[in-house]
Amino acid sequence: MATPVLAVLVTMVAGGILFAFLGKPPIEAIRVIFWDPLFSEFAFYYRPQLLVKGAPLVLIAIGLSLGFRAGIWNIGAEGQYIIGALSGAGVALAFYPLDAWWIFPLMVLGGALGGFLWAMIPALLKVKFGTNEILVSLMLVYVAEKILASMSLGLLKNPEGYGFPGSRNLQQYPSAHNAEIFTGSGMHWGVAAALIAVIFAYILLNRHMLGFQIRLTGEAPRAARFAGVSPARLVLFCLGTAGALAGMAGMFEVSGPSGQVSIDFNVGYGFTAIIVAFLGRLHPIGILLAGALMALTYIGGEIAQSKLGMPSAAIQVFQGMLLFFLLALDMLTHFRLRLAAKGVA
Amino acid sequence: MTGTLLKIEGLTKAYPGVVANDTVSFAIAEGEVHALLGENGAGKSTLVKMIYGLVKPDSGTMTLRGAPYTPSEPRAARAAGVAMVFQHFSLFEALNVAENIALGMENPPKMRDLAARITAVSHDYGLPLDPHRLVGDLSAGERQRVEIIRCLLQSPRLLIMDEPTSVLTPQEVDILFQTLNKLRAEGVSILYISHKLEEIRTLCDSATILRLGKNVGTCVPRETSARDMAEMMVGSALHVPERAHGDTGEVLLEVSGLTNAAPSEFGTALKDISFTVRAGEVLGIGGVAGNGQDELLAALSGETRGAAETVKLKGEAVGRLGPDARRIKGLLCAPEERLGHAAAPDMSLTENALLTGARREGLVSGGFLKWGAARRFAEKVIEAFDVRTPGPDNAARSLSGGNLQKFVIGREVLQRPEILVVNQPTWGVDASAAAAIRQALLDLAAKGAAVICISQDLDELMEISDRFGALNEGRLTPLRPAQGLTVEDIGLMMGGAQDMEVAHV
Repeated sequence: MATPVLAVLVTMVAGGILFAFLGKPPIEAIRVIFWDPLFSEFAFYYRPQLLVKGAPLVLIAIGLSLGFRAGIWNIGAEGQYIIGALSGAGVALAFYPLDAWWIFPLMVLGGALGGFLWAMIPALLKVKFGTNEILVSLMLVYVAEKILASMSLGLLKNPEGYGFPGSRNLQQYPSAHNAEIFTGSGMHWGVAAALIAVIFAYILLNRHMLGFQIRLTGEAPRAARFAGVSPARLVLFCLGTAGALAGMAGMFEVSGPSGQVSIDFNVGYGFTAIIVAFLGRLHPIGILLAGALMALTYIGGEIAQSKLGMPSAAIQVFQGMLLFFLLALDMLTHFRLRLAAKGVA
Repeated sequence: MTGTLLKIEGLTKAYPGVVANDTVSFAIAEGEVHALLGENGAGKSTLVKMIYGLVKPDSGTMTLRGAPYTPSEPRAARAAGVAMVFQHFSLFEALNVAENIALGMENPPKMRDLAARITAVSHDYGLPLDPHRLVGDLSAGERQRVEIIRCLLQSPRLLIMDEPTSVLTPQEVDILFQTLNKLRAEGVSILYISHKLEEIRTLCDSATILRLGKNVGTCVPRETSARDMAEMMVGSALHVPERAHGDTGEVLLEVSGLTNAAPSEFGTALKDISFTVRAGEVLGIGGVAGNGQDELLAALSGETRGAAETVKLKGEAVGRLGPDARRIKGLLCAPEERLGHAAAPDMSLTENALLTGARREGLVSGGFLKWGAARRFAEKVIEAFDVRTPGPDNAARSLSGGNLQKFVIGREVLQRPEILVVNQPTWGVDASAAAAIRQALLDLAAKGAAVICISQDLDELMEISDRFGALNEGRLTPLRPAQGLTVEDIGLMMGGAQDMEVAHV
């Protein structure tokens, strides 16, 4: 359990060195990233942002962690996120401008279903033909991006948008708007969904037979088959759940913070969630904490960009380092590094 | 027998919570075959690992030919002339014999020279082996030869062998013993670990007996009965399994025309296997490892499925059902590989109790786990089968092999199976625990269950079976009543020493 904390510390040091090479004050940069969003003068503005950024990360990472525990590697959450957003927005726009209470719940279902179906593509291909879910799910991200571009330029384009790409803004459609539950808190329905997902995942893994089977499959696949676990069922369940949660995350985003379907709607939550899942040790509570930490680097990174003129690529490198050091430290706790003298043959 | 080769004095090694070796002392003479005896967890493995440089002793000294011997790693041990053949082979199936041997060498010679040396050594010691064959195509006995030849190429002074005969047919054992005798005649000392006491009586010159990490005695095996040796190991009188001969009842399991393709490149295909087992009967299935034992168990447990009619439970065709469905109907199995197949290594014993006991023991309700009940079931298994562990929260991996085996068998037996299939039920288990496991199997049969015992231990099969058959390249020989079968009969049923004619030209 100490390794994630250690990984964060090592990342700070290595990140500081990186920032120094970029000619930025390292200590200050670290302080801006980790401290300012929480405790600076303008923290009241940044704190809600933490929830907004953290919720999709946690929601997606929870779904991914189930599969990762069982050795099922869904790398395509980004695609499932996009398709979920398109489905959710599609539901809303189909009913526009009808005013009804059931539109938003229907959008949630639509988003979940969209992500679920998109994840079923790698799942069914794996179950039926033994394809590699890593490759298929990853490739489908790029397909989803093309669909997103097509939708924002075509089918879902705002008819009153003066020809600009992008859909109507759902924030201005009350029945479909994923508004804050408490104004100014950043707490929208996606945050609530993420918290519920954490609780459900915790119960599933610790109290339910299916969760036991997931853990068993990850620990000892042969013993799992002996116990009677059906690998195919598990693939469908894990990919399906991850897809549905990612789809919901996309839907909450498109109907709330983002507001509209646009070409550059997706910002990489689906990939960052992989880091969050591992940083959180694939444990629901860990993922909650890791999601908060990753959201912090997002917000802090933005502050660093505006305040210190830090290039955005530097922040992405910084986030990548976190996963790199976590995996490296894991490696070093399991294996001992030894310098071998090369013998002469 | 000339001087002393290896002298061990006051060797001690403690692990957290357990003293594995407590001031162990003994000596091995040059050209002596020395047996190391003891129950599971008596400290044999730790002791041997210290000699081979895998583990550092906490205190005590070792002297090799009069000079202090403190190997820091196996490489140092090998350089000093100590070689070891492990119980588990460390061979790559996709490489050939010579490549495998080259991998274990510090400075491998050219492949052609190495192949020539392998052929020469294998002829000298009566262990014919083609250096160009793929290891994946070799039988277990031949794989062991690869390991032995790998050691012999180093011209060792001391050869350590950990349970070398557990995977061999009787004929192969004879060939191995001829080789070991030849080595002894050349002055090589052999430290021999085995649970098979009769073997030790034929082969070994002297024996050291360990109990709970302490050296409790020495004996000359030729002059000591197997029973006396077993009792020295256990420290009390040995219980020999006894059976109350009941009448056999209805046919519980019927297998007919079971044919399965090999599950992997190096697996074995099952070919047209047919047999029946009746209530109250123990069916023993022998055979050399790798002749379809794992595959047969998988076909019975439901891990591999076939046509419905190939496996019938009390007349009901279940060939298409998975493990869980078959378990509910009363067919339970205990696979050979404990870690990773019968049990999940890093999960607790409670979780491992859940692994097969979930349905029959009612450890789930409405999909939710009843941890309390699972824990009580694990505790029941631990209690009833004398599993030595601090408690059910410990990981399966933390148990010694024999103790985990007791847990795995106990977990199935306590679920009151109607048909129990076990593969190698006492593999690596000490004499008293093995006796307890066999007794449990016999008791189960006496209560009206059908038991199928797949094993490579012929003494075990003879002790408990009513009928006997052998697997040979995926085929099952016709079943014969076990009573009256001689070791030679069985050896022939198992296919004798396949491709094993001693190749002295």
